[in-house]
Amino acid sequence: MLEWAQSLLASVPPLLLLTAYMFIFILVLFGCVAYVTLAERRVIGFMQVRVGPNRVGPRGFGQPIADALKLMFKEMILPNDADRFLFRLAPLLSMIPALAAWAVIPFAERWSFADINAGLLYLLAMTSLGVYGVIVAGWASNSKYALLGALRSAAQIVAYEIAMGFALVGVLMASGSLNLGDIIEAQKGSVLHWYWLPLFPLFLAYLISGVAETNRAPFDVVEGESEIVAGFHVEYSGMGFALFFLAEYANIILISALTALLFLGGWLSPFPESWASIPYIGFVLGHGPHMFIAKTCFFIFCFLWFRATFPRYRYDQIMRLGWKILLPVTLIWIFVEGVLLYFEVPPWFD
Amino acid sequence: MSELRNYTMNFGPQHPAAHGVLRLVLEMEGEVIQRADPHIGLLHRATEKLAESKPYNQSIGYMDRLDYVSMMSNEHAYVLAIEKLAGIEVPVRAQYIRVMFDEITRILNHLLWIGAHGLDIGAMTIFLYAFREREDLMDCYEAVSGARLHATYYRPGGVYRDLPNEMPKYVESRWHNKNDVKKLNAARTGSFLDFLDDFTQRFPGCVDEYETLLTDNRIWKQRTVDIGVVSPERALQLGFTGPMLRGSGIEWDLRRKQPYETYDELDFKVPIGVNGDCYDRYLVRIEEMRQSNEIIKQCITWLRANPGPVMVDNHKFSPPSRGEMKMGMEELIHHFKLFTEGFCLPEGEVYSAVEHPKGEFGIYLVSDGANKPYRLKIRAPGFAHLASLDEMSRGHMLADVVAIIGTQDIVFGEIDR
Repeated sequence: MLEWAQSLLASVPPLLLLTAYMFIFILVLFGCVAYVTLAERRVIGFMQVRVGPNRVGPRGFGQPIADALKLMFKEMILPNDADRFLFRLAPLLSMIPALAAWAVIPFAERWSFADINAGLLYLLAMTSLGVYGVIVAGWASNSKYALLGALRSAAQIVAYEIAMGFALVGVLMASGSLNLGDIIEAQKGSVLHWYWLPLFPLFLAYLISGVAETNRAPFDVVEGESEIVAGFHVEYSGMGFALFFLAEYANIILISALTALLFLGGWLSPFPESWASIPYIGFVLGHGPHMFIAKTCFFIFCFLWFRATFPRYRYDQIMRLGWKILLPVTLIWIFVEGVLLYFEVPPWFD
Repeated sequence: MSELRNYTMNFGPQHPAAHGVLRLVLEMEGEVIQRADPHIGLLHRATEKLAESKPYNQSIGYMDRLDYVSMMSNEHAYVLAIEKLAGIEVPVRAQYIRVMFDEITRILNHLLWIGAHGLDIGAMTIFLYAFREREDLMDCYEAVSGARLHATYYRPGGVYRDLPNEMPKYVESRWHNKNDVKKLNAARTGSFLDFLDDFTQRFPGCVDEYETLLTDNRIWKQRTVDIGVVSPERALQLGFTGPMLRGSGIEWDLRRKQPYETYDELDFKVPIGVNGDCYDRYLVRIEEMRQSNEIIKQCITWLRANPGPVMVDNHKFSPPSRGEMKMGMEELIHHFKLFTEGFCLPEGEVYSAVEHPKGEFGIYLVSDGANKPYRLKIRAPGFAHLASLDEMSRGHMLADVVAIIGTQDIVFGEIDR
C-alpha cells in the first residue's frame, strides 16, 4: 500500500507536486490566519475581563468560518471616484507578498519550498512590498481618511524598514549566510547560542519594527480607529476588506515566524540533545517543526498582548522612535558585533 | 501656478472619537491642525423649551438626559434651583444621600471619561476595566430609583425614597451558574449601604489598576504631556470650570467655594494640576475619583448612624404616602394637585449651580408665579470647553485632536441640550 502510494507520488511531475504542496500549505495558512483572529478575540477578551466570541460552534470555534462566509457574500462597494483598477488591485498587493514570503521559511532542517541562498534578502524584499498595497489602497480610494492612512504608512515604513534591515544585517554577520537554514544551523548549541542573546538589542529592534511593519498596536496609526477611522481600508467592504484583514494576520504570523527563525533558533529545541532520546516524550523535546511552531505562537501571543496593553503612538513619535532610537541602537550593535567577530569572542563567534 | 490649499477634513458626526455627534471641520496642513471648527446642534432636543411647557416636577427627567453620563448631578442643580426659589429646607439625611449620589455620579462620569479617553488614545483595555466598576455603581442607581441611567431620584424637597435595606440579587440562569451567582451576590447580601461600602473598599485598588496601565506608561505620557496646554489666565477667560480649570492650576471647586448641601461638613481635598495639559487633567480626574470615594465613605458612616426622613413633610411639594392618600381628604387633594398641576413657585429668578463632574452645571430659572418656568437656562460646562477646542488643538496633529476631545470630556447631551 505504502509502496503503491510512493510510486504514485514519484510518477507525478515534480512541478505539479510542488504546486499541490503549495496549495495545501496556503489552505493551512489561511486556516491559521482565521484562527489567529479567533485567538486574538479570545485572548484579548480574557485580558479585558470579558468573554469574547463563544456562540458559533463549540466554544466559538465556528466564528472565523462564519466571519469568512459573511465577508465573502458581502458586496464589495466601489466608491464613485475611486480608481477602479488600483482599488481592486490593492488588496492583492498586500496579500500576495504576505503569502509569497513563506516560500523560503524552513520548518525543519532543509524543509522549505525554496531553499535559496539569498533567502534573507528575499524576505526583506517581500515584507517591504506589502506596504504598497496599503499605499495604493489609500490613494485609489479617493477618500481623505484613506489618503491620510496611506501617507502615514509611507512615512512609517521608511522609518522602520531601515532599522529592520540593520537588525537583519546583524544576523547575517553572525551567521555568515543569507540562507535561512544556515542561519539556524549557526545557532546550534543551546538556548544561549540562539541569537537573541548575543544580538539582544537587534532582537528587540527587530521585534518592535516587526510590530510596526504589520501595523499593529501600538503602531496602528495607519488604521488608527479613533483618529482616521480605519485609515487605508476605510472604503473597503466585503472580500476587499477581508483580504486586507487576512494579509494583516498573515503578516503577524510571518513576522512571528521570522523572529523565531532569526533570533530563537527556529526548529532547534531548547533542551539538551540527550533529552531527545527519552522514550515516548523524546520527540517532543527534540528538534523539529513543533519547536518552530511553538516559538511562533509565543510571538503571536505577544502581538495580541501588546494590543491589549499599549496606547497608540502618534505617527511622528513612531518616526522619532525609528530614526532616533532604533536606528542608532542597531548601528552601534552592528559595530559591537563586528568587534566581537573580529576577536572571535566565545561562545558565539568562535 | 495653482494655489496651495489646506486639507479640509470632516471629522464626524459619525466618527469613533466624536463622543456622540460632534461635527468638526478640520483645516489641516499635512496632519497639523490649522483650524478646528466644531459644529454643534445635532443632538438638540430643546430641553429648555420643553421645560417651559411642563410643571416643574415633570422636568426632572429631562435633566437626566442632558449630560447622560452624570445624570443625578444634573437633577441636583435643577431641584436646588426650585428649592431655593420656593424656600424649602431639605432634611439632612436627604442632603447626605444627594451628596453621596453626586459623588457616585462623579465616579461614574470619570470612569466613562477614562475609558473613552483611553480608547481615543488607543488603550482599549482600560475601557472595559472602567465599565466593570461602572456596573456596580449603575446597580446603586437601580437599587434606589429603579433605573440604571435616567434615575429621576432627586425631587424638590428631598429624594424619591430612602435607601433600600437590601440589594437586588442575581438568580441562576442560562448564563450564570450557581458559582457565578454566588460570586456575583457576595457583596449583595446586606443593605444598599453595605454594598456601596464594599465598593468603596475595592475601588481604590481598581484606580491603582488603571494607573498601572496608564500613569507611567511612556506612550500615554508622550500622547498627553504638553498636549492642549491652557494657561490659568486663559482657562478663566474661556470660562472653564471643573477639572479643566483645576488642571490648569486654579483651585476652584463649588463644593468648597460655595458649599451646598453638606459639603462643608465633609473632609476632602481638591486636586489641581500644574501645567494645564492633558496629562495634568488626567491626574486631576484620577485623584478626584479617589476623593469622591472618600466622600462616599464619610456619607455611608453618617447615613448608617442617622436614620430619618428623606423628604420634606410639606405636601405642597412632596406627595403624601399612599396609605394617607387613600384615607384622608386633604391628602387626596394634595396628591391630585401635585400630580396634575404640580406646584407654583413665587415670582422671581434664581441661579443654582453644582460642581458637576465636568464643571459648573447651573440652572437659571425665571418664574412668573405659574406652575411651570417662564424661562429655564442651562449652563452646561461642556459648551465652554468645546468652544476652546480650536484654540487648544491649533498647531497640534490630528491624533492630538482626538486626545483633546477626550480630555475635555464632552458629552453632547449637555452641549446641544
